[in-house]
Amino acid sequence: MQPTTLEATARAVADGAVIELRGEIDGLARDALASAYDAAAGPGSLLLDFSQVDYINSTGIALIVGLLARARSDQRPVSARGLTEHYREIFEITRLSDFMTILAG
Amino acid sequence: MFDAVQQSALRDAVPIDIAPNDPLVAYLESAAGAVELAALDLESPALEELRSSGITLVVPLVSNGELIGLLHVGRRRSDQDYSADDRRLLETLAAQAAPAVRVGQLVREQQIEIQARGRLEQELAVAQLIQQNFLPKELPQLAGWQVAAYYGPARTVGGDFYDFIELPDGRYGLVVGDVTDKGIPAAMVMAATRSVLRASAQRLQEPGVVLARVNDSLCPDIPENMFVTCFYGVLDPATGHLRYANAGHNLPLVRSGSESSELRATGMPLGLMPGMNYEERETTIAPDATVLLYSDGLVEAHDPEREMFGTARAVEVLAADREAEPLIGDLLGALEHFGAGHQEQEDDITLVVIQRREAASSALADFKLDSAPGNEREAMRRVGAALDSSGLTPARLERLQTAVAEATMNAMEHGNGYAADRPVRVIVSATELEVVVQIVDHGGDHEIRAAATPDIEAKLAGLQSPRGWGLFLIEKMVDRVDQRTAGSLHTVELAMRLKGGDDATDDA
Repeated sequence: MQPTTLEATARAVADGAVIELRGEIDGLARDALASAYDAAAGPGSLLLDFSQVDYINSTGIALIVGLLARARSDQRPVSARGLTEHYREIFEITRLSDFMTILAG
Repeated sequence: MFDAVQQSALRDAVPIDIAPNDPLVAYLESAAGAVELAALDLESPALEELRSSGITLVVPLVSNGELIGLLHVGRRRSDQDYSADDRRLLETLAAQAAPAVRVGQLVREQQIEIQARGRLEQELAVAQLIQQNFLPKELPQLAGWQVAAYYGPARTVGGDFYDFIELPDGRYGLVVGDVTDKGIPAAMVMAATRSVLRASAQRLQEPGVVLARVNDSLCPDIPENMFVTCFYGVLDPATGHLRYANAGHNLPLVRSGSESSELRATGMPLGLMPGMNYEERETTIAPDATVLLYSDGLVEAHDPEREMFGTARAVEVLAADREAEPLIGDLLGALEHFGAGHQEQEDDITLVVIQRREAASSALADFKLDSAPGNEREAMRRVGAALDSSGLTPARLERLQTAVAEATMNAMEHGNGYAADRPVRVIVSATELEVVVQIVDHGGDHEIRAAATPDIEAKLAGLQSPRGWGLFLIEKMVDRVDQRTAGSLHTVELAMRLKGGDDATDDA
C-alpha cells in the first residue's frame, strides 16, 4: 500500500510562484515536493497553499524544513496559506512559522 | 484561710490575717470552747495583734472538725469579765454560726472558681471557634482518590490544622500542621500560618520554597517560644506524583501493598528563625496506596502507664488496608483501645487520609496494525472513532491523533523495523480523569533514545538533520507521555486529561 499521497503543482504568479498542495505531506511526498519546487523556479517569493492538505506528519515537517532551506539559499521569501488551526499550531510549536509568513485563510 | 468574724461592738475593726502556721491556730483547733486571750502564753504574732485590737475572748468556729473562723469579742461595756453564761451563749452562737459561715465560704469559693473557669471556658470556646473556622469545610473530590479527615480538639484546644489547597492544573496542596502552645494565641498563629500558606501556594510551585516563604512571613510576628510544625505536599491526582517538604512535622506514613514507609524531608519548624531552607522530596503514590498525615496527638497519646501510642501502632492499623473513612475510625478505635481514652485527651488529634483508588478504566478500542508505511493514518482514524464521544474537545482530539500517528510511525519503523510479522497494537481506554492510548511494539530490547529538542535554525543551516520531529511533537501534543518496556514489548502511553487540561494546554 503505497498510494501517491501528495499532488503538488506549481504555477507562476506576478511576483513569484504558488505551489498548490493536495493530499498528505508525509515521507512519500518527498519527490512531489522537490519537483514542485523545481517547477516553481525563478526569482520572487514562494507561496505554499495548504488548503487541500489534510495530514502533515513529522517527516512532512522535515520535508518542509528542507524546502525552506532551499528557498533560503535561493533567497526566496516563503509564505503559507490555508493551514488548519491544528497545523498552524504545529507550525508555531516547531517554529516553522518564524521562517515563513503564515497567511490567514 | 480564716475569716475573722468581728463583733460589731469593735468599731473600725480591721480584718486580722492569721497565718496558717501561727501557733494560735493549732491551739484553737484543739480548744474546747471560748478562750480568754489574756490567759494565753504563746509566741504568736496573731495573738499579739488580736490583743492590741482590744479582743479579749475568741470562740473557734468549727465545722466538720475543721477550724473555719473565729468569733472575737472585746471587753464587756461594763468592763466586767465574761460570765460562764456569757461564754455558753457565745459558744452556742459559734456552734450555730459555724455551718452558716462555712456555707458562705463555700459559695464564695465556688463563685470565684466559676468566674475563673468561665473566663477559661470562654477563651477555649473562642480558640475552638477560630480553629474550626479555619479548617476546611469540605473535603476535595478527587476522581480516583479517597480523602478523609478528622480533627479532634483537646479540651484545651491545641493548634492543629489541616488544609487542602486547590492549585492550577488540577493539582492539590496538602497541609497538616501543629502550632506549639494552646488556646487563643495558638489558634491565631494557626490562622495566620494557614493564610500565608494558602497565598504562597498559589504563587509558588515548589513546596520547599512555599514553606521557606511562610517561615519568613511568620518569623517577625510570632510570639516568643511559639513555633509551627508543618508538612506541605503538592499532589497531582492524575499521576499520583507528590512533591513535598516538611517543617519539622510528624512524618506522614505511606502504606503501599505490604510495604510501609515514611515521607521524610528535613526542615526546621516555622517561625523559629528566618532564611531557612526546606528539603524537597518527591514520590509517586502508587494505585491502592494509602497516605496518613497526622499530628503528634495521635502518636504521642499516652496510656495510663505513660507509654506512647507511637507510629508502629499506626502502621499496624494502616496494614489492615481499609478505605479512608473507616480507617480513621480504626485509628481512633485503636487509640481508645490503647487506653488513651481512659484519661482526658492531652492534645489535638488530626488525621488526614489520602488514598489512591485506581479509577475504573473502560476499554474503548484494541486493535493491531501491520507495520507498513502509511498505516499510522489508520491508527489516527480508529483512535478518533473510539474517542468520538469521550468528552475530549475536537482540537484536543486532533492533537492526540497527531501524537498517535507519530508514536505509531515510530513503533512501525524503529520498534518493529517494518517487519510483516510484527504488528503494532493500539489500545484506547478512558478513566474518569483522562483518555489513554497505548501503542505497543516489539522493540523492547532497543534502547529508548531521549528526545533532543530540534533546532530549526541548525536544520535550516544544514547543521542538523531536517528530521527528528517525532518525539518532540508527541511531547508537545499530549498532556502525558510514558514509556515502558516489558520483555520484548515496548509501550508508549499517551494521555489527555479530561478535566482541567483544556485551558492549560490549548493556550500553550
